[in-house]
Amino acid sequence: MNHRNFLRAAALCGAAVVAACSSDRAASRDSGSVAGVALTGAGATFPNPIYSKWFSDYAATTGVRINYQPLGSGAGIRQLQEQTVDFGASDAPMSDAEMTNARGGDVLHVPTVIGAVVVTYNLPAVTTPLRLTGALVAEIFLGRVTRWNDTRIAALNPGVSLPETSILVVHRSDGSGTSYIFTDFLSAVSPTWKTALGRGKDVQWPTGLGGKGNDGVSGLVKQTPGSIGYVELAYAVQNHLPAALMQNAAGHFVAPSVESATAAAAGVAASLPATTDYRVSIVNAPGAQQAYPIASFTWLLLYTHQPNAAKGRAIVDFVHWALHTGQTSAASLQYAPLPPALVTRLDSSLARIQMGGA
Amino acid sequence: MNTRSGADRVYAVFTTASAAVIPIVVGLVFIALAVAGWPALRQFGLSFVTSSAWDPVGGQFGAAPAIYGTLVSSALALVIAGPLALGVALFLVEFAPAWLREPVAFTVELLAAIPSVVYGLWGIFVLIPLLRQYVMPFLADTLHLGSTPLFSGPAYGTSMLAAGLILAIMILPYIAAVSREVLRAVPRSQREAALALGATRWEMIRDAVLPYARSGLVGGLMLGLGRALGETMAVTMVIGNQHQISASLFAPGYTMASLIANEFSEATTPLHVASLMAVGLLLLVTTFIVNAGARWLVWQTARSRA
Repeated sequence: MNHRNFLRAAALCGAAVVAACSSDRAASRDSGSVAGVALTGAGATFPNPIYSKWFSDYAATTGVRINYQPLGSGAGIRQLQEQTVDFGASDAPMSDAEMTNARGGDVLHVPTVIGAVVVTYNLPAVTTPLRLTGALVAEIFLGRVTRWNDTRIAALNPGVSLPETSILVVHRSDGSGTSYIFTDFLSAVSPTWKTALGRGKDVQWPTGLGGKGNDGVSGLVKQTPGSIGYVELAYAVQNHLPAALMQNAAGHFVAPSVESATAAAAGVAASLPATTDYRVSIVNAPGAQQAYPIASFTWLLLYTHQPNAAKGRAIVDFVHWALHTGQTSAASLQYAPLPPALVTRLDSSLARIQMGGA
Repeated sequence: MNTRSGADRVYAVFTTASAAVIPIVVGLVFIALAVAGWPALRQFGLSFVTSSAWDPVGGQFGAAPAIYGTLVSSALALVIAGPLALGVALFLVEFAPAWLREPVAFTVELLAAIPSVVYGLWGIFVLIPLLRQYVMPFLADTLHLGSTPLFSGPAYGTSMLAAGLILAIMILPYIAAVSREVLRAVPRSQREAALALGATRWEMIRDAVLPYARSGLVGGLMLGLGRALGETMAVTMVIGNQHQISASLFAPGYTMASLIANEFSEATTPLHVASLMAVGLLLLVTTFIVNAGARWLVWQTARSRA
């Protein structure tokens, strides 16, 4: 292409962009109907694949466009507090202090899907899935169980020939919802972990190597024989990583899966108090036989009072769509759908969101 | 005449304003980081620089391992890349046949165009397995260096050594390119005088070329060092990201830039954010000190020669 043609093409592109922008503006002025409203949100990266699919499916059916920036849960909470976005998203519930710092008033946490965290490992000689308890995983990540042939691991895995090699712990180096779910679980099952490290998107890991992102952790685990790490369920399934069977509160060893994660939520949802704000942990959920213990909701964060009625209606309508139609596409992306009983309760919570001026 | 001086004045104002923008921006960045990081500096005081605790849950922050890791990985990179880059530059200027000069110089400079994340991926998939399987066992067992503190501990590959090596490759083209230009600027008469006095080629380089080019070469090294101090992505991917200070190059570590990159997006408590800002301030100050030191070195070497 010669120079002049290139310039002409560039000018045409520019004109097209300007035209698109002005038509956007015309559309968003029409605030009476839901169609044409543009919403912005920011937050967690973990549910981004399913959210992206929802936003595109929802835009195709209703014309409401949602611009979501997967900047991380922390950034999502900050932007919601500052009211620079219409909704936030987080893998960890907001703390009470964070709730009081939200400028737009009360925040409703809406669980959207359930994520599970998989304990993965690199033991070339071990072909059957390893069986582990939460207390033991805590000891390993505390650096107190240091060899694979430790009697405590061997006792859970009779008949498995465990190597003598030392255990290399691999954790996330970046703050992440995955680490939050994992340390939330370890805090629930190990008093030592709870007092020494606690739960958080990033904790003071006492041992091991830090990998950035799920790919960083799984890269280190895949490359290093004798290593153990944790990644999201979707990531483990797509990359065919070995997954340990985790003992749940009922004493069963359960493989991570979409179904076992939903089972964990079902147990908790059935016993939620009437006044719940849905900021609940479902790790090590009691009761359910098939519940996988390292699971958690991921939440959309909405103000319970929406000053802009058009946007408010659009958000509520979208969330309602996500909780019903949207749930059917969750499993295909390895996110566990919400138990139906919980969806019914969320519907009534959504109905209480107020719209418009004071 | 009048219009000419008017144009001159406009030109002078424009260039002055352009030049002033940079110090102003640096000053504003410094102020912004200082203000944002102040809560952390006030709460922890000097222990922010000396403590190794980095506990976002408990609200304890100390950046000592990150400061240590930044300095060690950059120094390591400089020690590896410096002589190599000087060798490349000397070869290109003094020894290489004319037809080879441009292709080699071009290839070296091409290294500078590779994105940092690509270096990181190469580090994870090529460098680290190589280090774990061959280089580290060779250093520790074959050379019996495993008993020295510098090469002790398990060899996982992911380590301070890997970070230093990645950085060395990344800063090599900068140092080599500057060194090459500096060596080319050495007057021909300087070389001819040495050769006329009966110097061998090596003696000519050692006694006539290198002393003449010294301040420029130091400048090239400092440019490379500045880049190594601030490099983020590639280092984050290979250094292991563990808050610890270990004498062993086989052990994982942390750098200030990686710490910010890793934690900023998910930092929610005000103190955590402030601590990361304070780390940014420390990184800026470190870079400033290094650059000031480099200026001083260049000035010293220039003066001692005169």
